[in-house]
Amino acid sequence: MENANLDPKKAADPRPQTDRRLWTDFLLNYSLYIILGLMIVVVIIINPAFLSLTNFTKILTQASTRGILALGLAGMIVLAGTDLSAGRILGCCAAVTASLVQSVTYTSRMYPNIESDLPVLVPLALSIAIAVAFCLLNGFGVAKLHLHAFIITLGTQLIAFGALCIYIDSQKGGAQALSSFNPTFLNVVNGGFKIGGFTLPFLIIYFLIAAACMWVIWNKTALGKNMFAIGGNMEAAAVSGVNVTRNIMGVYLIAGVLYGCAAFLEAGRVQSVNTGMGLNYELDAISGCVIGGVSFSGGVGTIPGVVIGVIILQTINFCLSYLSVNPYLQYIIKGLIIILAVSIDVRKYLSKK
Amino acid sequence: MGVNADSDIVLEMIDIEKQFPGVKALDRVRLTLRKGTVHSLMGENGAGKSTLMKCLFGVYSEDSGEIRMEGRPVRFENPRRALDNGIAMVHQELNQVLRRSVMENVWLGRFPKKYGFISHKKMYDDTKRVFEELEIKIDPRVIIGSLSVSQRQMVEIAKAVSYNAKILVLDEPTSSLTNEEVRHLFNIIGKLRARGVGIIYISHKINEILQISDEVTIMRDGQRVAAKKASELTTDEIIRLMVGRDLTRQFPPNTNTPGETLLEVKNITGKYKPTCENVSFSLRKGEILGVAGLVGSRRTELLENIFGVAARESGEIYLHGRKVENRNSEESIKNGFALLTEERRATGIFPLQSVQFNTILANLRAYVNKGLLSDKSMRGDTTRIIETLGVKTPGQRTHIRYLSGGNQQKVILGRWLLTEPEVLLLDEPTRGIDVGAKYEIYQLIIQLTSRGKGIVMVSSEMPELIGICDRVLVMSGGKLAGILDLRNNKHENAQEEIMRLAAKYV
Repeated sequence: MENANLDPKKAADPRPQTDRRLWTDFLLNYSLYIILGLMIVVVIIINPAFLSLTNFTKILTQASTRGILALGLAGMIVLAGTDLSAGRILGCCAAVTASLVQSVTYTSRMYPNIESDLPVLVPLALSIAIAVAFCLLNGFGVAKLHLHAFIITLGTQLIAFGALCIYIDSQKGGAQALSSFNPTFLNVVNGGFKIGGFTLPFLIIYFLIAAACMWVIWNKTALGKNMFAIGGNMEAAAVSGVNVTRNIMGVYLIAGVLYGCAAFLEAGRVQSVNTGMGLNYELDAISGCVIGGVSFSGGVGTIPGVVIGVIILQTINFCLSYLSVNPYLQYIIKGLIIILAVSIDVRKYLSKK
Repeated sequence: MGVNADSDIVLEMIDIEKQFPGVKALDRVRLTLRKGTVHSLMGENGAGKSTLMKCLFGVYSEDSGEIRMEGRPVRFENPRRALDNGIAMVHQELNQVLRRSVMENVWLGRFPKKYGFISHKKMYDDTKRVFEELEIKIDPRVIIGSLSVSQRQMVEIAKAVSYNAKILVLDEPTSSLTNEEVRHLFNIIGKLRARGVGIIYISHKINEILQISDEVTIMRDGQRVAAKKASELTTDEIIRLMVGRDLTRQFPPNTNTPGETLLEVKNITGKYKPTCENVSFSLRKGEILGVAGLVGSRRTELLENIFGVAARESGEIYLHGRKVENRNSEESIKNGFALLTEERRATGIFPLQSVQFNTILANLRAYVNKGLLSDKSMRGDTTRIIETLGVKTPGQRTHIRYLSGGNQQKVILGRWLLTEPEVLLLDEPTRGIDVGAKYEIYQLIIQLTSRGKGIVMVSSEMPELIGICDRVLVMSGGKLAGILDLRNNKHENAQEEIMRLAAKYV
């Protein structure tokens, strides 16, 4: 080709690269990690006893189920949508899980006919199946009926909540929390690997496995690429041969699988499921995603970002209660930190324009 | 006009320098704009035209140099401040609030108020007044999204006028206009010129530049290579100055030889009006079929119907004599079709994604190995496209939005080449890209035909249609108005004939 006289660098990012600029770039690119680090440092200064392995395991354990939920929900946000139903779907599936893992020795169990423990895979499979059904309903609304995700998932949220209440209420003894689970189930969820004096909870491992699987899906599969294409420019994706409907359904399907797993685990973690289960979980998951840099305008986000975002959010929760901050004040601080974190993260894209 | 009198000078940009990492984007560039004149700014993409304008509007701040407006040094912090001081710009890509009315778009950010509330009546009257002055026949109350691109452009110009701008910058204003509309635009420019407005006119269309300009500044590689009176310039000289080499021809020689029939399209009619009606044509291997027509002649709809991204009411498509359905893009790609869309930004690029992502997207199926995508083959194919098409990019990971229009277009063309199509449907493939890049795109198209591909190319540029097409299909009001065989019959007045056909069903 001719035109060799044109410097290829001309197409480069047209930003002046002074030292100050490099610093701000650095701060912007690693803002999440810096915020996380600062928070931990502040808490340690206030109370040095915070610095313990147990506390960090606790944070990660608490983050695990919501983290898995967030990993599913992040796909919806990358598609330029959202999911308001995630929390209640989780509640619904957790209730089904709980009803099937009650100890056979517990007299007021929901299904007295079950006389020996079911294999744990049964409630897990059922939980996943129900979550997938709800998610496919959402996906159908978005991909086929062309509803905004906000609307269809708002509807599903109510449906799932109604179903949850009816299910809990259908117990012979009336509406009571589902509890008293069998030890096999509890061990699968709450057990851990003993390494010397330290126990690594299975929950953290499940979370990491889910994150690893999702990283592969997002980065190494056609579905992942198509998801970013649809979220980034739906029309261009449609013209480029991306089957928009099928790929949207795929993303929702995977979210369903993750929701189902999260519900199964959350039932065991909380050890009691009532109608309040899952309330506002979607908001925590969405906050985690946006803190982690998943853009609400679609087409932008990473799995490590989601993981870090969820952990930051949980760290805030944990630190605030650790320092015994007034619970009402906690809400205000959390709100401010979310706004701060996201407004810093948004700079990355603003400054490049 | 009293040239050289300093009071005539409305804008002076003196020795503007701007350094970007690794490249000097502007190297002591000067520009002098006089009242009531049209000063054209030319240069290939990447020559520094936009950077210069961005310095003027305060999007970038220059490293050194001075900007003087009516003799006073000025420095605007942002485009809004520039506008308040009488410098307006009409961008090539229109930024309008599509679902609001024309008048709301004109007065956005400065709605006329009465007792603290917006006065729609005043807004309407003021808009009407500006439109009448410029002889624009558009109802200020209609939703702007329902207008054609050219009408929207007129609105944008009227908006600039409503600011009483002393300086008006027009960036590629005619890229989507028909000849008739271009005349209207020039008419408006004439009126503004008579009012003493200084106009900076950025365009790649040399004929128009020579027709409308008083002075011409030509840039190359961040430097001003010439500033002359338009009357002293010729097309050849402008091209030579812009590309820094002799481009003896605007078009590469057509070395292609059409072979057997490849594609037959019979009675295609779209489902949702307005659309194309009853269009039939055939395409041979190695043939370039141009599609001409006025804006609104439904050329784009024809391509979209063939490619299956618009719903078809009736009609049949035969490839190699075998009937194909092309119900959606996925199926069409499998059948060997490709569609390069007209609006690069809206339906072509994924701006927040890398060059690699943008290159491989339509061909993902080819990279899947045991369910996972192979990085190696994606990288390999992208490298091949970058090299063969001469895409200028710092790397595969660079976001495509940092590339110039011509390079973005090459990436998208590359995206389609990877799917190894037999029929390429190209919708305005050279829109908004510079002379040098255009020439390269023509070369690519001709190379493709030599490999037996069939090309259907929609274009609004007459010289381009006549320059590289074997035949030209002319559409008018959604219908097929006629097909000109340029290869076998030398049409002396091809241009007039196309225009005549284009007006057949209007």
